[in-house]
Amino acid sequence: MNGLAEVLRRIGAMSIDGIWRLGFASRFLVAVLLNSGQALRRLHLTVREVFFSGVLSLLIIIVSGLFVGLVLGLQGYETLQRFGSADALGTLVALSLTRELGPVVAGLLFASRAGSAVTAEIGLMKTTEQLKAMDMMAVDPIARVVAPRFWGGVIAMPLLAAMFSAMGVFGGWLIGVVVIGVDDGAFWSQMQAAVDFRYDIMNGVIKSVVFGFAVSLIAVFEGYDCKPTAEGVSRAITRTVVTSALAILALDFVLTSFMFRGQ
Amino acid sequence: MRGRSSPVAAVPNPDSLGPPLVSLRNVRFAYGEREILRGIDLTVHRGQVVAIMGGSGCGKTTLLRMIGGQLRASAGSVEVEGRDLAKMSRGDLYALRRRMGMLFQFGALFTDMSVFDNVAFPLREHTSLPSSMIRDLVLMKLQAVGLRGAARLSPAELSGGMARRVALARAVALDPMLIMYDEPFAGLDPISLGIIGQLIRRLNDALGASSIMVTHDVHESLEIVDYIYFVSDGGIVAQGTPDEIRRSAHPFVQQFIHADADGPVPFHYPVGPIDGLLGEVST
Amino acid sequence: MMSRTTLDLWVGIFVALGFGALVFLAMQVGNFSGLNSSETYRVEAPFDNIGGLKVRAPVKSAGVLVGRVTGIRFDSEVYRAVVDLEIDRRFEFPKDTIATINTAGLLGEQYVGLEPGGDVAMLDDGDRVLITQSAVVLEKLIGQFMFNRAAETPAQ
Repeated sequence: MNGLAEVLRRIGAMSIDGIWRLGFASRFLVAVLLNSGQALRRLHLTVREVFFSGVLSLLIIIVSGLFVGLVLGLQGYETLQRFGSADALGTLVALSLTRELGPVVAGLLFASRAGSAVTAEIGLMKTTEQLKAMDMMAVDPIARVVAPRFWGGVIAMPLLAAMFSAMGVFGGWLIGVVVIGVDDGAFWSQMQAAVDFRYDIMNGVIKSVVFGFAVSLIAVFEGYDCKPTAEGVSRAITRTVVTSALAILALDFVLTSFMFRGQ
Repeated sequence: MRGRSSPVAAVPNPDSLGPPLVSLRNVRFAYGEREILRGIDLTVHRGQVVAIMGGSGCGKTTLLRMIGGQLRASAGSVEVEGRDLAKMSRGDLYALRRRMGMLFQFGALFTDMSVFDNVAFPLREHTSLPSSMIRDLVLMKLQAVGLRGAARLSPAELSGGMARRVALARAVALDPMLIMYDEPFAGLDPISLGIIGQLIRRLNDALGASSIMVTHDVHESLEIVDYIYFVSDGGIVAQGTPDEIRRSAHPFVQQFIHADADGPVPFHYPVGPIDGLLGEVST
Repeated sequence: MMSRTTLDLWVGIFVALGFGALVFLAMQVGNFSGLNSSETYRVEAPFDNIGGLKVRAPVKSAGVLVGRVTGIRFDSEVYRAVVDLEIDRRFEFPKDTIATINTAGLLGEQYVGLEPGGDVAMLDDGDRVLITQSAVVLEKLIGQFMFNRAAETPAQ
């Protein structure tokens, strides 16, 4: 019985801690936004971060997008042809990617690759007192170090999600039309008839922008807030990936229920 | 001689040297429940090199951070140039910090920039000097610490002593009026020790600045400083010029200088006696 | 340490690729050529029963997409449904056009079909379609079929 009470107590403590951190993170977001002037005026700082977060994630995004598209094509064909609707493969692949898989999977990959890298960077700078040194040199580390990385992530994420979706459609086409033999014309024409720019594609873009904000905030926050030890940094990196994943999935549900209400 | 020693009746830093640059009055600092500093009185005059010494964890680094405005005292006043830091706005504090330089324990160089860019950082951030002028200034600072040839290296390629010298060049990039050192001698080989010590003194005099050094390296410090404060148990237990300290009979100072294992700072972490704890040897 | 210009180049390529992907998605995947509000005009069509018609359903004439359903309302004065249609400005329809609700395939989604009449005057923005044919409700159809069968049997 005592063990159970202990477990409940720990859960309660963790929840309170979680809420406290949420409040802390919100205040941090406000601080980052207020201090973003420099990141936008000295654009090369932000451009540098778009490189590190975006360009260096290109490989994993493109390859993963291709594979997801290939699998979608395969699985989609396998199911559709049972109902004689193999021609709808293009629609299936395109809608799955632009509405859901593109933003979500790209977001998860982004959090793992770029988010964790940003957390590690900021965490290590904190551990080696670089942030304190900057502060002592009268340069606000939030403006100089955190904000550019935040905006770099926000800019990179939607672009990566779009590339993921595009590669996925290509992958679906590759397996469906080139390998399996679904009609090329039907693939594209049905897709174009079913996928609406504003409803499907723009909603997907909006999702990826929201995810970009969430993942970037979590990444910079965990790095800035970590315990300045080697163990603290590695814990923070883990927290970035896990919290980002949960946030993406939760936000995805919220956004989907708003956007795709289905009449 | 065991037991706690009472704080020495203060022989204050003589005001004949003019109004103090840094002045701490009855400063207290608590970290949560734990009180680390209980009533510190400390002054630094212009042109002086002052050392703050004490055992590990005695709060000397906290003092340094308070002078730099990174920590706020729980009670008492911390004044720099006659202005109370607690009453300053963030903008004023930043303006003050532009005239201070701080050398962190392991250098705290920015790892994503070269040595040159590190030293150029304060110049680029706080001045609008043309890049040719910045280049000249950076090379001059590096020359002063003997590392002009290392300008293109990255911090990862430097030894500990070299990294610290680069950090020193960066700390004096804007010709500050106050330079602070956090354990500048920690972990250095004897040659680097000597170099850093000489640089601290020479730069201080060349720039007409004042320096505050937090350290526990007694012998190197006694060679270069003008005044020393000994911190223990949250208070100043001894202070004076190097000669006065060498002649001091204060038990804490004696233990520190002679590196005695036991004295006012006990060898054993507080615990009950060992007699009766170990098992009986049966015969 | 990458020089600023190489870095800028890569970021430029990256952003270009990203936008290229977006454009690809917009053009090849979605139907961007689908209607913008500036190029359409609005027409109302009242129906007794709209069946399973949904907003965003296509409006077709001769089987070709000419517009979209943008709104479905209930007129509580005459107890009828009023459907808003946005029609591409390129296509003009006479004032005596008939609007019907059809089903794509046997059990597919429903759409609005427009059959042009012979009037010289054309429908304008805000006009109302005069003649409409409601959706076929399956239950009524079955009920009618059974009624017809029941009417036939006494003859035996």
